Amino acid sequence: MLRTLLSDDLPKSRVLSVLLLVVFVGLAVAPFAFPGAQAINTAARICVFIVLVASYDLLLGYTGIVSFAHTMFYGIGAYGVGLSLFALGGGWGAIGLGLLVALVVGVALAFAIGLFSLRVRAIFYAMITLAVASAFAILASQLSEITGGEDGRSFRVPEILRPGFRLFAEPVLGLDISGRVVTYYLVFLAALALFLMMLRVVNSPFGRVLQAIRENDFRAEALGYRTVYYRTAANCLAAAVAVLAGCLNALWLRYTGPAVTLSLEIMLDILLMVVIGGMGTLYGAVIGATLFILAQNYLQKLMGAASAATKGIPLLPQLLHPDRWLLWLGVLFVLSVYFFPTGIVGRLRRKA
Amino acid sequence: MADPILRLEGVHTHIGQYHILQGVDFEVPRGELTVLLGRNGAGKTTTLRTIMGLWKPSRGRVVFDGQDIGGRDTPDIAQGGIAYVPEAMGIFADLTVRENMILAARDGAPDQARLDWIFSFFPALKKFWSLAAGHLSGGQKQMLSIARAVVEPRRLILIDEPTKGIAPAIIENMIRAFQDLKRSDTTILLVEQNFRFASMLGDGVVVMDDGRIVHRDRMAALAGDPAAQTRLLGLSLDAHQ
Repeated sequence: MLRTLLSDDLPKSRVLSVLLLVVFVGLAVAPFAFPGAQAINTAARICVFIVLVASYDLLLGYTGIVSFAHTMFYGIGAYGVGLSLFALGGGWGAIGLGLLVALVVGVALAFAIGLFSLRVRAIFYAMITLAVASAFAILASQLSEITGGEDGRSFRVPEILRPGFRLFAEPVLGLDISGRVVTYYLVFLAALALFLMMLRVVNSPFGRVLQAIRENDFRAEALGYRTVYYRTAANCLAAAVAVLAGCLNALWLRYTGPAVTLSLEIMLDILLMVVIGGMGTLYGAVIGATLFILAQNYLQKLMGAASAATKGIPLLPQLLHPDRWLLWLGVLFVLSVYFFPTGIVGRLRRKA
Repeated sequence: MADPILRLEGVHTHIGQYHILQGVDFEVPRGELTVLLGRNGAGKTTTLRTIMGLWKPSRGRVVFDGQDIGGRDTPDIAQGGIAYVPEAMGIFADLTVRENMILAARDGAPDQARLDWIFSFFPALKKFWSLAAGHLSGGQKQMLSIARAVVEPRRLILIDEPTKGIAPAIIENMIRAFQDLKRSDTTILLVEQNFRFASMLGDGVVVMDDGRIVHRDRMAALAGDPAAQTRLLGLSLDAHQ
């Protein structure tokens, strides 16, 4: 059963299996186990980013395509659902319509970019995607009458997903099952389904061809595979999943704007998560996204506590001051790349 | 002589500013093993890559089974029934032996009888079936590269220096495999520097120098003519035995 669910792609390391299980259980019980807005926000963000990072790994790790347009597709998904809900009101029909339009636009754009530019060398393709993504971000910002410009748009969601909604009259295991909790489990289950779907894709004959292309596209062509078709298909698939991740993000935040979807900073975060977790293994997306987002959300608090605990020691409290959390995040990243050049999952699997 | 399955007519190939093939003409008879010999840099590998469409000929025709495939894309040529075993053990290192074989089988599932036949020559492939191909030894990688080309019956197999850097015991297995392939009427164009290996397998021989064909003969005739070997290849069979 588990083997089938994971498409025969087991973690192949005991430590990794335990880590994945901890992440899965942690996310599954997050609203009950970790009360408070920050905890559930962090858990939802982890769910969304696992999908987003895994879809990027499909491109970078499995096919060898370096793209900077992934946040553009993420943004298309968020804006698709967001603007639809803003214009049509908080109904499921609006979500369906927004999702459909976003998927069509996202996949069509990915198809066009792929077909016209995947024949060029990797560095030029990366530059083209960067240019297209920048143009899209500027467009989203300047078409302020539609998109809300830099301020973005807040919108209403269906009744069952609103914070004021209560699914049950009585608390369950001490927790009121509010619309936020329902939304969280919608995000969690959708992320789980999308992740398992991607596992299936990368372990299918199609996935094997992508890996062959990544290793040596001439050899793949000599076996009869049209690499540009496969690359374009991978591009479209990754874009579609990024669009869906964007939709989930919009539903969770009940807001969409350039800063939370289209910024280059998010693109860099995705790249870091892929590298930290390990390229070419979807489990790397789980580990990378979880560690990175936990560090983003809790490193500052942790450093505050450490700074207070080391009050008597010279220099250390200043070094551990919460304001320096970005410096330590950078140090953590450098250390992880140094000690885990193939990513955490790559290292754990090799050790096993 | 059998009718040719492949014919090169005045093929010229440029790589950048370099004019590598300068009017190559030869035929590969159907059901035979033709050996392409020549010193390093003579243009043998470029000839195979031109047939496979990895380099486009700038002039001339590459006629495969009556059709000019000279300008076609590599996947079309491969789907037309030509398999290519490149010199540098063209395997996919991150994929397992099994996955490498599945990639080469066009319907996604290699025939078990065919696999058993391959395992009878290259038992290491069965032993390391689920291992990443990058962990195989050099000889095993070469076995996998050849096995991938023969996992399904092909109309023509192009093989580039299969014995390069390979242990003698594995070469003996390769000889048996190729002899068996010949018996099944498979057509092979083999680029080889090891004259002993080539002479044991070849039906016909074509010798290249400086991007041109300088000699065509039956292999038996060249193997029995040490003077011609010395003149054409700078060696004699005796020197290699």
